[in-house]
Parts: sequence; C-alpha cells; structure tokens
Amino acid sequence: MLEAWRRIKIENEFIYLFLNNRVAQLAALVAIVFILGALLAPLIAPSNPYDLSTFDILDSFTPPAWSEGGNPQFIIGTDDQGRDLLSSIMYGMRLSLIIGVLSVAFAAIFGTAIGVAAGYLGGRFDTIVMRIADVQLSLPAILTALLVDGIARGLLPREQHEDLLLVVLSLAIGLSLWVNFARTARASTFVERNKEYVQAAEIIGLHPIRIMLVVILPNILSPLLVIGTVDLAVAILLEATLSFLGVGVPPNQPSLGTLIRIGTEYIFSGEWWIVIFPSFALIILIISINILGDFFRAYLNPRLR
Amino acid sequence: MTLLLKVTDLTVEYPTRFGTFQAVKNLDMRLEQGEIHGLVGESGAGKSTIGQAIMGLIPSPGYIATGDVELNGESIRDLSQSQYHKLRGAKISMIFQDPQTSLNPLLTVEEQLVETIKQHSDLSYEEAFNKAVDLLEETGISDAKTRILEYPHQFSGGMRQRVVIALALCTEPDLIIADEPTTALDVAIQKQILDLIKHLAKKRSVGFILITHDIGVIAEITDRVSVLRNGVLQEVGPTWIILQRPSHEYTKALMAAVPRLDKKLDRFANILDDEVRLSTPELLWKVEGATSEFASEWLLTGERHESDDKPVLDIQNVDVTYFKKNMFSFGKDEGFKALDDVSLSIPAGQVLGLIGESGSGKSTLAKSIVGLVKPSAGNIEFLGEALKFGKNRSRKDVTRRKIQMVFQDPYSSLNNRRKVEDIIGEPIGFFGLAISAAEQRKIIASILELVEMPQRAMLKYPHQFSGGQRQRIAVARALVARPEFLICDEPTSALDVSIQAQILNLLKDLQAQFGLSILFISHNLAVVRQMADQVAVLKNGVLVEKGEVDSFFEGPKDPYSQLLLAETPSADF
Repeated sequence: MLEAWRRIKIENEFIYLFLNNRVAQLAALVAIVFILGALLAPLIAPSNPYDLSTFDILDSFTPPAWSEGGNPQFIIGTDDQGRDLLSSIMYGMRLSLIIGVLSVAFAAIFGTAIGVAAGYLGGRFDTIVMRIADVQLSLPAILTALLVDGIARGLLPREQHEDLLLVVLSLAIGLSLWVNFARTARASTFVERNKEYVQAAEIIGLHPIRIMLVVILPNILSPLLVIGTVDLAVAILLEATLSFLGVGVPPNQPSLGTLIRIGTEYIFSGEWWIVIFPSFALIILIISINILGDFFRAYLNPRLR
Repeated sequence: MTLLLKVTDLTVEYPTRFGTFQAVKNLDMRLEQGEIHGLVGESGAGKSTIGQAIMGLIPSPGYIATGDVELNGESIRDLSQSQYHKLRGAKISMIFQDPQTSLNPLLTVEEQLVETIKQHSDLSYEEAFNKAVDLLEETGISDAKTRILEYPHQFSGGMRQRVVIALALCTEPDLIIADEPTTALDVAIQKQILDLIKHLAKKRSVGFILITHDIGVIAEITDRVSVLRNGVLQEVGPTWIILQRPSHEYTKALMAAVPRLDKKLDRFANILDDEVRLSTPELLWKVEGATSEFASEWLLTGERHESDDKPVLDIQNVDVTYFKKNMFSFGKDEGFKALDDVSLSIPAGQVLGLIGESGSGKSTLAKSIVGLVKPSAGNIEFLGEALKFGKNRSRKDVTRRKIQMVFQDPYSSLNNRRKVEDIIGEPIGFFGLAISAAEQRKIIASILELVEMPQRAMLKYPHQFSGGQRQRIAVARALVARPEFLICDEPTSALDVSIQAQILNLLKDLQAQFGLSILFISHNLAVVRQMADQVAVLKNGVLVEKGEVDSFFEGPKDPYSQLLLAETPSADF
C-alpha cells in the first residue's frame, strides 16, 4: 500500500508536481474549504439568512465577537438587517459559485464549439463568426451582461424572471465570456488541423464532425481548461459587479456582491466589518482559483516548467 | 599543432524524479588548433550536452558532476559567471542547426554583426562595419557591402547559414561548436557549407567540434571522430580509421546500418540493441488467437485487384498551381506552380523512389494522389480508373481505403490523446472491415505483432513510445485498411540511422509479402537506392529524369541528377 503510493508519487506527473508545489497545495486547500463551506451552507451555517423569521432587526450592526459590543452568537458580526454575516457569506458564496460555474460552462461549450468549427472549416464561416466575436470583444463584458439582463427583464414577466434569475444571470455572464474560448479554440485548432494525424483522418474520409470532436478536440483541451479556471474567477467577479450595481440577485438573497454593496453604504459610519469580510472572502477565493489555474497551466504546458 | 581543448573525465548529471540521469559519463576529449573533431551518435547519445558543457550553458537543473574542461591550458570550470560570459563569444562560438531561428528576424545582418563585434572589441563603428563586410566576403557572400543591409529573411537558407558562421567568427574565437550545422539544409548547399567550414578551420586554425548524426558529413570533413552512445564514449580516433576499420562493436553496427549509395543490399544489419528487454508480462499479454500469421492471412483476404501488367497508378500530365488569396486582385489570381506537367507510372508490386530537394513538389504529388490537393490540370488513373480530386472525391470512395499513406513525422502523425487501439481501429471501424468488436481487437493485436510490436502496445498512448516504435504504429495503421497502394512520404527522415534501418527492413518485408506497390518519397538518395525499383527525380515541380534504379545510380543522365549524386556525402573514402 505504502509502496504503491510511493510509486504513484514518482510516476504520476500530476501528483508529483502537486506535492512539490506548496503554493498550489495551499490554494487547493483554501478553495476546497470555501467550496465545501458554500455547498454545505444549509447544513453547517449558524443561521439561515434567507429566512426572515430567524433574524431580528434589533441585532443589526453587531460588531465582530471579539470587539466591544460584540455578541458571541455572531462571530464576525451582522449586517444592516441583523443577519449573521458568516452565514450570509456562506450562502452568498454558494450563489456566486453556482452562477460562476454555470456561466463558464455555458461560455465554454458555446465558445469552443464555434471556435473549433471556425478553425477547422475556415473560409467564410470563420470570417463571419470571428468578426462577430471581435464586435463582442469591443463591448465591455459588464455592458453585455447588463444588456442581456435588461432584455430578459423586459421580455419575461416579473415572477418568471425571479424564478429564472440564476439562469438569466449565468447566460448574461456566459455571453460576455465565450469569445475567449472561441478565439483560443480557433487558434489551437488552426495549429492542429495542419498536423499529419488530422490529414491521416481526412485521407480515409472521416466525417468532418467526427474529426472535430474525436480527433482534434482532445488535443486542444489544455489551454481551454486554463481559460476555464481564469474565467471562473472573472465570472464570479462579474456577478459581484452586477449585484453591486443592483441588477443581479435580489437583496433578500444576498450574493457576495450584494453584501459588498450593502457594506459600502456603512463603510464611513464605522461599521467596517460588513464590507471587509465579504470582500476578503471574495478575494481569497479568486486568488486561490487563479493559483490553481496557473498550476494547471504549468502542468499542461511543459515549456513553462 | 598545439592543444586547444582538453576535456577530462567529464560527467554531466540531470536530477529527475526517477533519480539522477547521467547524460555524459566520464568523457575524455582532446582538440588541437585547426582540427575538426566530429561527435557522432544517435539521439540521446549526449552529443549536444557535451557542447553545452563546454559552453557552460547546461540548462538547469543539469550540472557538471565531475571532470574538467581546459581551454588553452586554463581550466574554465573555475571561472565565475561573468568571466565565463566574456569567454563565451570571445573564445568559444556556436553555430546552430536551424539558420531560420538562430538569427534575429527583426534586425538587419549589419546590426547583428556590428553589435557583436563592438561588444567584444574597442573598434569604432566604421572599423566594425568594415570587418563585418570582410567576414561576410570570407564566408562566401558576394556583394557583401549591399547585402549586409538586408534582413535575414532576404537570404536563402544556405546564405543564412553563412551569415550565422560569419557571426560566430566575428569575435575571432579559438573554438567553434557546430551543432548539426547542415541538417536543415539541402544536399547541394550542405556540401558548400561543409567546404566553408573546412576552409575556415585550415585558414584561421580554428578548432571545430562538429556535432552530427550523419556519417556522411563526418566522412566528408572531420579529422578525428568520437563515437558516443548513451553518454559513453565508444571509440575515438582519426576519421578514416574509425570509418573503415571500426574496432568497437557499436561502431561496426552503426556503419553497417548506414544506407549505401553504391550497391543495393537485401537487408540492413540491425544495430545491436541493449535496450532493456520488455518485461515478460509485457510480452505475455495477448489477445486470444492474435498472431502475425493471422494478420498476414487477414490482410490477403478481401477483394483485390487482379494483378496484370498495367500500372497501378498512372499520373498523366499533372499540374498543381497554388493560388495566393489576394483580396484586391479582382480575379487575376497569382499562382505558384508546384508541379508542372508531371507524368509517371508505377507498375504493380514495385517501388517507385521519388527524389527531390525541399520545395521540389514531392509532397504535393503525394497530396494530390490521396486527394488533399486538387491538381489544376491532368489526370491520375488508379487501377485504370480516373481518381477524383479534392472535394469531388466522396467520403465513401473506395480509393480512400485502397490508397494509404505513411507520414514523415511520427511525432505528429499519431493523435497523442488516443490509445493505439483506437488509432489503428479507426480505419477498421470506418471501412467496416471487422464483423465484431472482438474481431477488431484481434486484428489490431495481430497487426501490431506483424510490425514487430508487443500486442500490449494497443493499451498505451503514442507518447509512451519512441520515434521508431511510433513509425511502426503508423505503418500498422496504413496496413490495416488493406491498401493496394502505399505512399511513404520521407518515412525515415525523422529517425536515427539504426531505427531507419529497422523501419526500411520492415517496409521491404511487408512489400515483398503483400505485393504492395509503393511510392517512396525521400530526399536521401542512399535510402532510395536501397528501397526502390524505379527512380524519378523532381526539380522545382518538373520531372527531370526517371528510370530503373540500377542504371540511374550507375549513370544518371540529367545534369541535375548527376549533381545530386555527386554532392551526397558518402561514408566511404
């Protein structure tokens, strides 16, 4: 058993590199703690910030437990409604992560499909699609997201919009991120399609769709994975920005961005904890995801080692 | 003659996660002024590492474990980094393999030469410029005064390598390390560059260390030669003794594996391999009933063309023109003629060797046969029927199975993300050659056995194999479609001599066994001599000569063929 582990430690490149990279280990640990905390929030959070009956307006603006006037019930204090900040952060991060993952998944699938097709087929399809991508790129991501959200608000009845809020937000954010995937997929496909193994597949007459999906796609996955980790952080930030601007999730279901927006209103009146703790949670989560992304890039691209 | 370089007991180590790897082991070497010393060996022999060790440029995390390097009697291992930096360039220079990448494309030749000269001397700009012009003239660039103002891309490959040599000379070094200086060049230019190196060594009494895998190059210009294998010196001595009367077993085997121009051999001697034998479980793993006999039988079944006297492939007056896509040309497309009125025919069961330098249109011809390129004029008949070209050839066209191709670079011709089983299985599945999944597995295992690979290889990925093994897998993939016509596009040019010999043997055996007709494309005349029954020579898209292999090599008629044959370096004296 121990012998087997020792062998794996040497022979498996991924595990070997991981065990020799303290920073990546730390980042992975932080990310896992955060993600578990977010996913298990309903089970382990001290209170439920979505349930109006569980908190009291009289508890509002309680400072962290260790400072003067603190209440041990609220470890890092409460916000303007009297919600426990720790629970809010856990629930908020859950929302942020769900939107982040959904929007990146949407952007990755849509962008990669278009990019591979453009790179493989070339010609007019490539020109048209990539010009559209350029136009998209010239709009700031936040504008695209605002636009999509605005259209959805206009088209959908109010209740339906609230039900579909997560999906609409993910779509809005995903639409502003797909260009990255498309451009990278196109460039990598361009390189791969001239390699001899693709020609070998073309010579025997394989269907173009099979060539794209089975032959080329597995070979261009590594740069896409890296973009995925970086864009996950970007998507969470975008959601925070949207919520900060007030077009994201509603105030009674705070995400990290909503918490920060609420906090900024009180930052000069002495209630610093409301903005500081959610911000720190967001920063640490994003840094650790980015470090993991860098680690993947180093693992997948031997030239960076 | 005075001693220039003395290397004693040099060991270079690389720590890896599997333990320390010794790239060079206890090497001794001596070099005198004006001597050209050849380092030969296959890839992984440690040739380049020796060059790097002398330059003090061993890439991290490698290091020199033991030994000493003395230049002009002074040890250069005691030098500090900054002293070493001065020594590099001033006393030791380097010439790299690829002149495309070793010059800065954004600076003119003048800027690159003058800057280097001024870096290492107190000359004024004027003097440095004149010296640079002199150097270019010395390395054989005519009209150096005007050409010095040009950018590297305005020079041809051979001219660029001359500029690189001038750059190496401009600090007047005592020692120049040339790492495969002619590998990227065509034969005719290679000869000129080698002559230049020889001339410079004599005239300036500069010591050259010439790193190469090409025995022909070694025979051409070196005075002494060291034969290396896996980092260990096998044999050292004057070139003619080593080449003609090698005393070490490895050198003998290496010499025997070099294809010869003067006579055709039945088989190449296989180089002794002391590779760790694949462990027994590796060999014992077998798919039930899979043997090489099964593979041969299976390959011979199925519908086959009755062999008659007609040629398998008849190429008639084929033109290929590549058009530049120009947005503003308004229909007047400028074209580049890659093939011009080429007619060839390949008799059934024979091998046609197609010879040509880079850019001669060899690969274009292969691509038009397999349907990747559309000829602008002419016809290609396969088994008496005209082949359809480009997009007109449907995916179901039967010739897609009957014509198969083995590519040049086994590192890019296999999909790295798919198992060998899937790679070889793809044609079987696509052409519906197997009734069941079990039969398909059996066929794959048998074919692997046929190309002398362990059956278990089917469970692995291509990156787990060496270049030669990969090329065997590529051959297996081509064979499994039951082709009647095989195109081999430089199938061995990316491989070491010993591996090349094995692959050529394999191709010969398969050709004899299955009566395949082969179009064998190569720039290496000696390889064509060994493989082909018929020979055709292409030059800039025009067919200049075709004929029987023996008569061609005994007396080529076209002046270009004569030139090619004369300039191919030969391992003989």
